Amino acid sequence: MYRTTGIYIKNNKISKYKEIVDAGVPEVVYIPLDRHVGAPAKPVVSKGAEVKIGTLVAKADETLSVNVYSSVAGKVVETDDKLITIKTSEDIYEKSIDTSEGIITEIPDSKTLILEKIRKAGIVGMGGAGFPAAVKLDIPETCKIECLVINGLEGEPYFTADNRLMVEKAEEIVIGARIINKLLGIQNAIIAVDEENKDAVKALVGVTKRYIGVNVKAVKNKYPTAAETQLIKKLFNVEIPKTKLTRDFGYIVHNVGTVYSIYNAVMKNKPLYERIVTVSGDAADNPQNFLVRAGTPASYLANKAGSIDNARLLICGGVMMGTEISDVNTPISLLDGGLLMFKKAKKDTEASPCIRCGRCSQNCPVHLQPFEIADRLKIGDTPKLYKLRPSDCINCGICSYLCPAKIPLLDFIKMAKEQIR
Amino acid sequence: MSIRINPPHVIDKTSTKSIMLDVIIAMIPAMAVSVLFFGLNAMLVIITSVTACIALEYMCSIYWLKTKNNTQDLSAIVTGILLAFCLPGNLPLWMVIIGAFIAIVVTKMAFGGLGRNIFNPALAGRTFLFLAFPVQMTLWPKPNLRDFWNYDIKTGATALEIIKYSDVSTSATRLDNNEYLSSLPDYYDMFIGYISGSVGEISVAAILIGFFYLLYKKVITWHVPVFYMGTVFLIMYAVSLNSAEPIKYNSFLHVLSGGLMLGAVFMATDYTTSPMTAFGRIIFAVGCGVLTVLIRLNSVYMEGVAFSILIMNAFVPLIDKFTKPRIFGTGRK
Repeated sequence: MYRTTGIYIKNNKISKYKEIVDAGVPEVVYIPLDRHVGAPAKPVVSKGAEVKIGTLVAKADETLSVNVYSSVAGKVVETDDKLITIKTSEDIYEKSIDTSEGIITEIPDSKTLILEKIRKAGIVGMGGAGFPAAVKLDIPETCKIECLVINGLEGEPYFTADNRLMVEKAEEIVIGARIINKLLGIQNAIIAVDEENKDAVKALVGVTKRYIGVNVKAVKNKYPTAAETQLIKKLFNVEIPKTKLTRDFGYIVHNVGTVYSIYNAVMKNKPLYERIVTVSGDAADNPQNFLVRAGTPASYLANKAGSIDNARLLICGGVMMGTEISDVNTPISLLDGGLLMFKKAKKDTEASPCIRCGRCSQNCPVHLQPFEIADRLKIGDTPKLYKLRPSDCINCGICSYLCPAKIPLLDFIKMAKEQIR
Repeated sequence: MSIRINPPHVIDKTSTKSIMLDVIIAMIPAMAVSVLFFGLNAMLVIITSVTACIALEYMCSIYWLKTKNNTQDLSAIVTGILLAFCLPGNLPLWMVIIGAFIAIVVTKMAFGGLGRNIFNPALAGRTFLFLAFPVQMTLWPKPNLRDFWNYDIKTGATALEIIKYSDVSTSATRLDNNEYLSSLPDYYDMFIGYISGSVGEISVAAILIGFFYLLYKKVITWHVPVFYMGTVFLIMYAVSLNSAEPIKYNSFLHVLSGGLMLGAVFMATDYTTSPMTAFGRIIFAVGCGVLTVLIRLNSVYMEGVAFSILIMNAFVPLIDKFTKPRIFGTGRK
C-alpha cells in the first residue's frame, strides 16, 4: 500500500448493514439515453410500442456509445433524443434473459463471444464515469495488461450500494472478474475493498479461496482513493497522468457493479437495465440499498426510504461529486450510486478573502494549486493559467470542501478549464 | 430538466473565523501567565493593543477599502494579542497604539487586508516601535507574583541581554564576569516564565500548551516550529563546542529564552506570510533559524527573531515559486 493524498470525511455509512431490497416498479419510467460517455443512443422504438423488460429501446450510434434497454414492461408514451418515457404494466421479461436463480460458473471459451455479449448488453462503468465497458475491454494488441483491478471502494459518504453488492453477490463478482481475466488473457485480478467493510472482505475472501486468479485487498479508504488513478497509485505506486489511459500502464480498472453486470450479461444474457442505489441522508427515515430500474423517478425512490416532503435538498450521486436536483421526477440513471435527501437546503455561505492557508493545495490528490488557479482566473492571466494545468483536476471537490474562506475553488477550476480550452 | 448546482454539497466546518478563534484560545495560557507575573500593566498593554487593532481595522475596512466589516473574522484580535506579546509589559500605552497603527494600517490594510499582507503585521509593528523607541522597548519589568497592581516595578535584563554583555575581555576579572553570569535565571524559571521579557514570550510552558493545542486542532503543522527551533539549537550547539565562552552560545538558553519560541509557534506559522507547501515551510523555517543565529551572535541586537521572520517573509513568494508541487503523474516514471 502506498501513500496517496486525501482526507478523511465523516462517512455516514448508515445503510451499511441493510440488505438490498427491490424498489419495485414505478408507474412511469424515464430512461435516459445520454448519461454515458460518447454519443447518445438512438431510439429504435416509437410512440405506442409495447416493450418488455430487456427490450432494446435505443441503439449505440457509434463505437463509443452503448445500447439502452427497457427496464420495465409497458408502453412507450414518448421518445426524444434524450429520454424514452414508458408507462409500466406487469413485469414480462424478454425470452432470451435467464431469470433463474442459480449461479453459473462455466465461462464461455470464445473471447470474441464474451466481448460481443458485453457490448450488446450496453454495459457502462457504474462507478460514475459511465464509460462503455466493451470499449474499455477491447484492448489493442500493443497494450500488455498485467492486472485487473476491481474497485469496491466507495469514496462518497453515505454510499453503501457497492458494499452490499459485494456482501450479497460475492460469487457472481468473482466469476465476473474471471470472465474479464479470460478476456484479457491474464490470471491476476485484485478486488480492492474498504478495510472498514469487514463483511464484504469476509464474503469475498471466502469465495476467492475457491477460484484461481482473483485476490482481495483491503484498502484504507481516504477520500478520493476510490478514484481510478488514485487507487492505482495506492496499490502499485504508479501515477497515471490525466492524458493517459490506465491500460497504457498495464492496468484495467472496473467498478464492482460493472463486473456484476458483466457476469449477468455473459452468463445470464441479461442486459444492463438496473443497479443498486443507496437512498440515504438525514431526511430518509429508513436509509436503504435498493435494486433500482433505470429511469425510476427520484421522487418514487425517495418515497420508498421516507417521504420526499421532508427533503429540502435532493442530491443525485454523492455529496462530494453529485448533482443537486430540483425536479423531483429526475430519473435515476445507471451511473448513480446514490440518492441523498437532506432536511436542510445548502446554506449559501459567502466567500471571504483567501488567507493562504494552503489546505487546498496540500490536500489536492493531483497536487494542483487551486488558490492560484482562482487568482489567475480572476485577473485573466491565461498563459499562467495554462501552466497551472487545471485540466488535470479530477473534480473530487476537496479544495472547496476544505477551504476555510469558503471560496468555491472547484467552480473556479472548472471555469479555468473552459478558459484554456 | 434538472438544474445543476455545484458540488460539493457538504463543506468542512473549519472557517477563517474558527481558525482565528483557535489561535486566540492557544494564546490564552501565555496571556494568563503574563498577567499573573507582570500584573495590571501587562493586561492593559494587551487590552489596548487588541482594542486599537480592532478599531483601526474596522475604520480601514469601512472608510478606506470600502469592504464589508472584516473584523468579524477575528484576525484583528489575533494581531492585537501577538503585538502585545512582543512588547514589554510596562510600555506606555500610547506607544502600543502607534504599534497597532503600523501593524494594522501600514502593514495589513495598505496591502489589501486579510491574506494580502507580505509581512507579519504584529512583528512589523513591534519592529517599528523597537527602532523608534529603543529605550522604552528594552526596559523589561521583573516578574512579581505578589504585585498585581504594579506598586513597585523593578526592571531587569533578559537572559539574552545578560549573555550578550558577558565578556571576559572587558570584565575586570574573570570572577566579576562569573558573578555577573550568576544573575541568569535557572531553567526552571525560564520554563515556567518567571523571568524578565516581553509580555508573551516569557513562559515556555504556556507557549508549548498553545503549540500542542494548535497541532491538535490541525491549525498549524509541526514543520515550522520544529525546524526553526531545531536550526537555532543545532547551530548554537555547534558554535559552542569550539568557543571559549560556551555560555554565550548555550543552545538551551537560546531556545528557552527570548522570543524564539513565541515567534516559531505563533508568528512564523502565520498562513499569509509563510509558504504554502510543507517543503517551502521547512526552507522558510531553516532560513529564519539561520538569520536568528546570525543576528543574535553578530549584531548589536540581542534578539533576532522579529527581524529574521520579517526578512524571510519577503522571500515567501520566491520560495513558493520554487517549491511548487509536482502535478500527479508528471515528472516521475
